Parts: sequence; structure tokens; C-alpha cells
Amino acid sequence: MTSDPTLELRGVEKSFGPVHVLSSVNFTANAGEVTALVGDNGAGKSTLVKCIGGIHGIDAGEMIFDGTPRTVSGPREAALLGVEIVYQDLALADNLDIVQNMFLGREEVTRLRTLDENSMEKLARHALDTLSVRTVRSVRQRVASLSGGQRQTVAIAKSVLWQSKIVILDEPTAALGVVQTEQVLELVRRLAEQGVAVILVSHNMNDVMKVSDSIGVLFLGRMADQVRRKDVTQTQVVELMTAGRSGDLGLSREESTGAVV
Amino acid sequence: MSAQTDDLVKQDQPGPDAPSEGLGALGAYIKDYFGRVRGGELGSIPALVGLVVITAVFSLVHQGFLSAYNLEALVIQAAPIIVMAMGLVFVLLLGEIDLSAGTTGGLCSAITAVLILRHGASWWLALIVGLVVGMLIGFGMGWLRARIGIPSFVITLATFLAFQGVTLILIGGQGSVILPDNSPLIKLENSFVPLWLGWVLLALFVVGYAAIKVNDALGRRRSGLSRPPFTVIAAKVVVLAVIGAVFTYEMGVNRNLSTNAFFSNKAQGMPWVVVLLVILFAVWNFVLTRTRYGRHVYAVGGNDEASRRAGVVVSRIRISVFVICSGMAAVSGMIAASLLQSVQSNAGAGNTLLLAVGAAVIGGTSLFGGHGRIIDAVLGGLVVAVIINGMSDLIQGANSAGYEWVVTGAVLLIAAGFDAVVRRSRA
Repeated sequence: MTSDPTLELRGVEKSFGPVHVLSSVNFTANAGEVTALVGDNGAGKSTLVKCIGGIHGIDAGEMIFDGTPRTVSGPREAALLGVEIVYQDLALADNLDIVQNMFLGREEVTRLRTLDENSMEKLARHALDTLSVRTVRSVRQRVASLSGGQRQTVAIAKSVLWQSKIVILDEPTAALGVVQTEQVLELVRRLAEQGVAVILVSHNMNDVMKVSDSIGVLFLGRMADQVRRKDVTQTQVVELMTAGRSGDLGLSREESTGAVV
Repeated sequence: MSAQTDDLVKQDQPGPDAPSEGLGALGAYIKDYFGRVRGGELGSIPALVGLVVITAVFSLVHQGFLSAYNLEALVIQAAPIIVMAMGLVFVLLLGEIDLSAGTTGGLCSAITAVLILRHGASWWLALIVGLVVGMLIGFGMGWLRARIGIPSFVITLATFLAFQGVTLILIGGQGSVILPDNSPLIKLENSFVPLWLGWVLLALFVVGYAAIKVNDALGRRRSGLSRPPFTVIAAKVVVLAVIGAVFTYEMGVNRNLSTNAFFSNKAQGMPWVVVLLVILFAVWNFVLTRTRYGRHVYAVGGNDEASRRAGVVVSRIRISVFVICSGMAAVSGMIAASLLQSVQSNAGAGNTLLLAVGAAVIGGTSLFGGHGRIIDAVLGGLVVAVIINGMSDLIQGANSAGYEWVVTGAVLLIAAGFDAVVRRSRA
């Protein structure tokens, strides 16, 4: 590795009261790569994402952004560090158009403090062009009239607009059909090509094997292993997810049975 | 995977080299417009069609419905409804309701009247106190909604009743407070803009509208974005100018039938309240469509969770719309007091609020939040005023008031049903 990873987690711990949700999790995400984060229900994916996004504070461990350790104490600080989370339920306002949604909360204004619609429209169009999005007819159509895939596109394009360094996609294809899933996955690749560190949270093994460069597998709150995509098969990843280990990969036999080490 | 997956949906947005003028552009604009209408974005069409149809019906069955005299009556009747509806649009945009807007207006006008008559306050001071009380009421209700979390329906139902009581106590056993004849407050609804000034204001209004539209279009062209063809802008300006000129001309007709060689006090020109309406429209339309605040009002109405995640302070927006609504209700109360030249002990009670909510909904503002414009209040208010005015001419006799109420209720219900159906088609 020639340069520092965009995001590196070292020994991250998180408990909610007596419940130990994350224990000494290590995880890295590199610029220009898609890093998948997989794990069974309750493995701690959402908690880890929320820790990176500043919604939960971490109890112990380090979060290193571009080689510099930082403490992230809120969503706003995470946003300043370039972290953008695209949630499963998308968080778009149906009654607003694409431009209005992409700039919501960060509207451009003119010198007279009025909305600068023209520059916002241009920037929104440019962000979509950067991702070679041609599925969106007009950036002035209301989000209510868009399909699920198009809505996902808008949400992802928002992160390009804000030049986010780390984009976390929470189950982006969960509610989509076959064609739209293909389109969104293609978009995920293009986002990474822009030099963004993309973290893809997903259940769907097909998606993960198709687009990711690196796969981090959570098992009962531990990082079972983070492996390069080209070194593993789907079966190995599924074993890591369900048993915590697969051959030489993953946790030791004692750790994977849940014994306290 | 290849880029061709993206082409499954064809791009049909005109490229930068598509014609922006001439028949092609006009055709594209019209096609786009009808596309949006089919998509459930009806805009002002239902209100305009309704306004034309019922006006035509009433003018057929009732001679003199469109006379200058009746037109003036229509305008001054519509004014308090329109102003209250403008405030309600903000509350409705958030999917909330203010059932107390009517009685808030009544209470504020009672406070103003009592200050002038019993405490000798100057009219402008009394007016300001009335307005401030209105905004404080709005702040209180908005705070209860946003911070405590009581449904706005319940809060405003409670204040609807309570403010009626306060007004009753303030006015006392007399039943009404008569405003002094020379009060400038009365002039709003009962005296008229000089003819020359009326035409000057109309010219300013039309030129201002045209300047804004042309400036917007030029700005979009400078930025290399698609813009409406100039023919469309020109057509809109001409229609506005013609309607304005017809109105100003008809308002210029002398309505004082007793004018003769000895009595020369003429009643001609548009009522001053028209100028106030235009100013209020321009201000609130600007706030809703061209400021960050307005954008956030729409966003919170559409999806408050998304707005919160985007960094909008939702509670502040929620409180502010109640402040605007109650403030506008106070203005509406003052206009109603000016119309009646007095404040009754039941001011703002009865169907005052229902008419205003009906106006906003008929105009096209949704009761479910997220959809609505200030023009809705104006067009809807005119529809409601035409219905009330026409009905009162049509139905005479002891039960006429009863029929009026029934018809008003039915119109509100139909408008709300229409809103619900359109909303479903849009989803």
C-alpha cells in the first residue's frame, strides 16, 4: 500500500449498556475501491455504519481518516470529514424535484440571499453526468415520479455533488428489480472510479461478489476477516458470514464459537 | 455490465442545440405542460375553470352579477378570505391545520378596536398591537405542536373555542364595537384608489411581472439551461395585462348612483385593499419560491425526516408557519373589521375559517402537506367569494343563510375529495 487508506478502523469497540455490539473491529476502505461490508442480521453492520457516520460514538479504538486519527462526535463532523451515508429509505422529499432534493439543506444562494436555481441545476446535471447517468430525463422532475432505481441514483449522485470521500450505501439494491439493480451496481462502480471510497453494506452475495474489491465480514460483532475479492469464492464468504471462519480465513476456532477470549 | 444498461430508458431531454424559440420549442413546451398535468400536477387549472364556470352561471341567472357595483362587493368580500387563506397555505404545506385562524383574527381585531375606542390608542399603535398578539398566539400554538407534540388539530380546536370566549369578554354586553368613521382602518375596504393611481399601479405590476419573467429566462439562457419560449412569457404578460385593465376599467365606473349636480362624491376606483392583496401576494410568493426558508417549508411538508437528516431545523420551520398563519389571520381580522366598520362579539367565529380553508384547498393546496402555492389562496378565495355572493342573490327568504352554509360545506367537501383523489393519482 503506497498511501494511507481513506478510512481505517482499529480495534473499535461499542456497547449499548451490557450488550457488546462491536468488539475490536478492524476495517479499511481505500479510495477508488468498493469495500463491501457483509454479515448476518445482528452482526453489527448498522452499528458500525452509524459509528462511522458519527451517529454513535465509539467506546474504544481509533478511526483514522487519510492517516490522521480523528474523533467523530456527530453527523455534522462526519460530513465535514467527507462521510456521506445513503440510507436504505433514501430520505428524499417526494414533492421536490431532483435538483431541490440534491441541494436540500445546502442550497446555493445569490448575493441577494435568494435561491440560485440556475447554478444548482447546472451542478446537479453535472453530478449526474459525472456518473454517466442517462436514466434521468429532466433534473426538474419531481422525485415522486421516479422509479426506485432512479431514486437511488439521485441519492448516490448527491454524494458526488458534495465531493464526499467516503460514501456508505446501506442496502442500495434491496428494493430493486433485476435491471435496476444492474444500473445501480454500475453506478456504484463509477462512483468508486471517481476516487471515492465506497462502502457497500449488503446482504446480497451476488451484488457483493460482482462489484466489490474488498470484503469485510462481520460475525457476532467481530470482524471475522477482511479479504480481497479476487482471493475468495462466494462459498468462503458465506462460511465467514455464518460460521466466522472458513479454512485458514477468519477467526480462530475458539473465537468463532463465541467464547470470550 | 456495460453502459448500455443505462440506455434502457431513453433520454428525451432536448440537448443544448435544440431550438429554444419558434414553433418547435413552443410545441415542446406545450407537450411538457400537458405531460405534467397528466402526471397530477394540475396547478391552477381546476380553480380557474371553476371560477369561470360559476361566474358564467351566476351572471346568466342573475342580471348585474358582473356589474361594477357587484364586482366591488365581490372583491371586498373576498379580501379577508384570501388573506387568511394565504396564511393557511403555510400551515397546510406542513400537513398541519389551524382551526383557530378565524377566531384569532376576530380576537386581534377586537383588541385593536377596544384599544382605539376605550383606551384612546392611536390607530397604528392599536394595529401593531393586534398584529403582534396574533403572531404571539401563533408562536404559542406552534411551540405546543413542535416541542410538546400535541396534534395541531387539538391545539387549534381548543384555541378556536377559547378565543371566541376572550373576544366575547373583551367586547362585553354591547355585542359590537363600532369603529370611528374617520379611522384609516375603515378606508382599507371602503375608500378607493384614485383612477390615475390605479392605472399607474397596474402598469407597474405588469411591467414588474414581465421584467421578472424575462430576467429569469435570460438567466437560464446564460447558464445554458432550457428555458420557456419567449412567446409563452409574452402570452402570460398579455393575459395578465388584459385582465388587470378590464378590472381597473370596470372599477373606474362610478358606483354612486346618487351622484348628480348637487352631490358629486363619486365612488370610483378599486378599493385600497386590492393594493394590500397584491403586496401580500408578492411578498409571500417570493418567500415561498425564492428563499431557502420557503424551500425548507416544502421539504418539511414532503418528508420531515429527510429534511432533518439534511440539516433543516424542523421544529423552527413548524413554529414559524404557525406564526405566519396567525399573523395573517390577524391581518384578515382587521380587513373584516374594516368591511363591517365594527367588530362583533362573534367576530371570526362561524364559517370564517371554513371559507378560508376551502379557498386554499379549492385553489389547489393539499390538506396532506407538501403541495400548495400562494396563488391558490387568491384564486380559491375568489371562487368562494363568488359562490357566497351569487348564492345570497339567488336564494332569498328566511332560510337563505341556512342554504348558504350547506352549499359552503358541500363545496369544501368536494374540494377536499378532489385533493384526495389527485394525491392518490400522484403517488
